[in-house]
Amino acid sequence: MKIELKSLSGRHPAASASAPAALQALDLAVAAGEQVAVIGPSGAGKTTLLHLLACALRPAAGGLALDGVDPWRLASRERQRLRGRLFLAPQVPPLPPRQRVVTAVLAGRLPRIGLWHAVRSLFYPTGIAQADAALARFDLADKLFARVDRLSGGERQRVGLARALLSQARLVLVDEPLSALDPTRASQALATLTGWARDSGATLVATLHDVPLALEHFPRIVGLREGRLMFDLPPVQVTPALLAGLYAHETAPDEAVFDEAPATPRPVVMHCR
Amino acid sequence: MSAVLPRQPARRDPAWARRVFWLLAAGAVLWPMLVLAEFKPWLLLAPESLEPTLRFLAGFVPPRLDGEFLALVARETWRTVAIATAGLTLALLLALPLTLLAVRSLSISGLTGRMAALPAALRLAVRALLVVLRSVPELVWALVFVRVVGLGATAGVLAIALTYAGMLGKVYAEILESGEAHPTETLLRNGAGRLQAFFYGSLPQNAGELTSYTVYRWECAIRSSAVLGFVGAGGLGQQMDSSMKMFNGGEVSTMLLVFVLLVAATDRLSAWLRRTLA
Repeated sequence: MKIELKSLSGRHPAASASAPAALQALDLAVAAGEQVAVIGPSGAGKTTLLHLLACALRPAAGGLALDGVDPWRLASRERQRLRGRLFLAPQVPPLPPRQRVVTAVLAGRLPRIGLWHAVRSLFYPTGIAQADAALARFDLADKLFARVDRLSGGERQRVGLARALLSQARLVLVDEPLSALDPTRASQALATLTGWARDSGATLVATLHDVPLALEHFPRIVGLREGRLMFDLPPVQVTPALLAGLYAHETAPDEAVFDEAPATPRPVVMHCR
Repeated sequence: MSAVLPRQPARRDPAWARRVFWLLAAGAVLWPMLVLAEFKPWLLLAPESLEPTLRFLAGFVPPRLDGEFLALVARETWRTVAIATAGLTLALLLALPLTLLAVRSLSISGLTGRMAALPAALRLAVRALLVVLRSVPELVWALVFVRVVGLGATAGVLAIALTYAGMLGKVYAEILESGEAHPTETLLRNGAGRLQAFFYGSLPQNAGELTSYTVYRWECAIRSSAVLGFVGAGGLGQQMDSSMKMFNGGEVSTMLLVFVLLVAATDRLSAWLRRTLA
């Protein structure tokens, strides 16, 4: 899927209107099938960028076009269908603790199957082979029928990635997929993800904190800092000086910046009714 | 001068005055309520009310345990359980779609901030319907249905179904909304439908709590069907009403014992279900 951003700005809906937008006037074009790593310090707007691309966040200003179509001009039904061709893997794996791994992975194909098929698959999983293949690529085949709450943090993260393989999405957006993985697993997971995207022709945009891995696995590196584009280069041209500038600490950060604005507190669960 | 001296340690709890004030305020609010409710507990111990009470209670022992009566009680107990179960099943069928309409976390337009106007209005309307359903006591529904379908179990079933649909719908929606929203939200964001997101995101998260609440409501339905029996909606309650009118304390106490056993059994069932689903 082709992406075009024209001076795109975005802010979290819970952020105050006076705060600077998390992403400011970003221009970026990504061709179909391209693989891009987004790097930058915490609070640079990486997650906001992914949410904007996933149509999970309405742009504050500027233009967004996916395959030449502005998703926010579509009717909501059309937009939801478009979301079915995108896949956003959030940083925290979105897996219900009591669900089994096979169900969690097969949930990746929900947009492609009807409600009836989805419910039937809860009684008896209809895509065991596919789920197994996806898990095997992340070295998790033995966990197929385990429950999510029996998995370690790293295993959960890889289950979240295996779900992406089932989605058949044309644009895969992965938010910090390696935060809970050891170095070997991280490299392996990234190789699997990029290899799969290459084979299926899907566009891949990943935010990464591990710069060496990003340089090793991605042909294009985008550096973000304070919501602005710092550079957009192939990895060989990303010099240590550029990286030092990207991650340089300000003398005094005047306020803490969050990747995601804190959610409103949830009502307390009442256990006696 | 005071700047040179060491700081005086705080001797007084600064919250003390506020605490006393709220205690007195609670008393001031409660007193007129007690007067209004004619709350006079000393009347319980007055000899002229104590004696008939004790005579009434003395009639409860011994419980009547002969075979003929026990067979009758067993039949009526079964009928009571059937009324409660059928009523709750109907309530469940009514409550589930209403819950799905009322839950905010399953809204696609709410994903990017506020819900759109039309879904928000629909959600409010469903909530209002749930309020109406549960604010009319089941006793009133039963009196209505006794006139429509005549004396018997059907009136009880329908009364329980309507009131409990309101309760179940409200509490189900609250359980679903107070659970972790991340899995459901992610599924919706990735293009899944609302019901798909419910089955793959919300339900596995909250199945335990939903089940235990449903079983608790089933227990309530069993107890409430006893009350409904007094207005002629069938079951153990109706039997208890007639025994009461005949001043047959032994029969009443047998049936009360059966109720204790029923409630204890639902308690066990709920504990077992929660263990299995945990």
